[in-house]
Amino acid sequence: MISPAVNAAYDVESLRAEFPVLGEQVHGKSLVYFDNAATTQKPKQVIEAVDHYYRAYNSNVHRGAHMLSSLATEAQENAREALRAHINARRAHEVVFTAGTTASLNMAAGSLGQLLLKPGDEVLVTAMEHHANIVPWQFACERHGAKLKVVPITGEGELDLPVIPGLPRNPGLFTDQPGQAPNPGLFTDRTKILAIAHVSNTLGTINPVKELVAEAKRRGIATVVDGAQAIAHLPVDVQDLGCDLYAFSGHKMYAPTGIGVLYGREELLEQMPPWSGGGEMIDRVTFERTTYAGLPFKFEAGTPHIAGIIGLGAAVNWIESRGKEAMAAHEEALLEHATETLSAIDGLRIIGTAAKKVGVVSFVVEGVHHSDLGTLLDQQGIAVRTGHHCTQPLMQCFNITGTTRASFAPYNTIGEVDAMVAATRRAVNMLR
Amino acid sequence: MTTPIAQIQQELVDEFAMFQDWQDRYEHLIGMAKGLQTIDPSRKLDDNLVRGCQSRVWLHGEKVDGKVCFTADSDALITKGIVALLVRVYSGHTPQEILGASSEFIDRIGLRQHLSPNRANGLSAMIDQMKHYALAFSA
Repeated sequence: MISPAVNAAYDVESLRAEFPVLGEQVHGKSLVYFDNAATTQKPKQVIEAVDHYYRAYNSNVHRGAHMLSSLATEAQENAREALRAHINARRAHEVVFTAGTTASLNMAAGSLGQLLLKPGDEVLVTAMEHHANIVPWQFACERHGAKLKVVPITGEGELDLPVIPGLPRNPGLFTDQPGQAPNPGLFTDRTKILAIAHVSNTLGTINPVKELVAEAKRRGIATVVDGAQAIAHLPVDVQDLGCDLYAFSGHKMYAPTGIGVLYGREELLEQMPPWSGGGEMIDRVTFERTTYAGLPFKFEAGTPHIAGIIGLGAAVNWIESRGKEAMAAHEEALLEHATETLSAIDGLRIIGTAAKKVGVVSFVVEGVHHSDLGTLLDQQGIAVRTGHHCTQPLMQCFNITGTTRASFAPYNTIGEVDAMVAATRRAVNMLR
Repeated sequence: MTTPIAQIQQELVDEFAMFQDWQDRYEHLIGMAKGLQTIDPSRKLDDNLVRGCQSRVWLHGEKVDGKVCFTADSDALITKGIVALLVRVYSGHTPQEILGASSEFIDRIGLRQHLSPNRANGLSAMIDQMKHYALAFSA
């Protein structure tokens, strides 16, 4: 199933054997799962960790005066430490557990908005954001009388950043050159927050987050990164990126749904007001006044998704045992092969051709509706996503209503890409 | 004399029963889409969009000589095939006949099991919309 283009040392078959669902059939055909940007499949190590928690030590955390509670608490805090190490945060309490990226970004926008935004201030997002990194900021802007501003994109699906004469594109971006007017339209003296995707879910574009964050920081702007599509595919080092907040979901990194993380730089998290009130997040409650618990509990009201946290910890251990870089290199080979073979289909156009991409191919086919293509691919056992991918403003930029998106994971094979391309040709012939 | 709705439904069930595999079934649906007499462009209004479909589906009904006539269109071909199938069943009947008709033939065709939940919801929304027209015209 695997071509010589892929590193011979990468044992995709042994990796596939760890994912039980990959043996399933759909409509009588072997499943080809290319909807990994929506959610990844789960290795047995994750499934077993969740199963073991419920069978052996299910209990509430940080509350019980008994053995099971201690075991559950220890498992949860071990998972937090594994996540800290995985993203290279300085302190484990900078890792806040949430329900997922959407919950993380809502908390970020709600709490940070309350801390920083005043009437007339600006929040800067990009044209390629997922709705989860747009709508919470619209709420915050509305609440505080601030304005949402948008970094445009190019036809390739890269951020359209100011070009500085005499310098190559991107390096030096946003840096005011002596004798030149400050870059217009983007950062202004009213910009308080930059909220940006590390990787675009629709296009696969890897954004120059480190450079943007550095420039924002120089201007005293808070930085929030939506890492949902980056976390499973790129090394993420929050100290190296330098961002204030970094949001991601467990279920896109081989862990269960309903669990995610908001990483926050300690100094900022200390200043941010709590976003939900309830159990575990308090220090002392009276009807006159409540004082809050320390980090991370100030942001973790209520009983957490303990099984999900344990599953997420197991997923991190699984990723580290397999090696993120080896898996990313395999995904890159899949992307390259898919890009080349899909492009040969008459009338097919890839949406998102940035120089730096993760394993995501979005495409449109002339005269074919994406929903028809998705249905006919499904009939052939191939799972893709079709539609606007929760990025309607981005669809408007490209003047399309949706795309068909194939997104890859380390357990996919070159043979599966070939099967998708053959199935796409067959479907297109039927639909034309 | 028009063919009763139940009989048209049975014809469709028999037609689809002849197909051995998914490709034939979908090719038949695509053929129906291509044969659908499409809606008058002036009727392709947002007000005529069926809510609950992933692709855009326009459905218009009018009463002619006591019978409800449907015209439709969609920007997706398979969806258009599905709406064409429903037009074939429900168009040209009295409001009472439409309101009294069962929709269990959909399950007998074996279409629902091949549709994603989104599409199955869309299909139900189209039938509901047709019945709404019938109800409005029955007054």
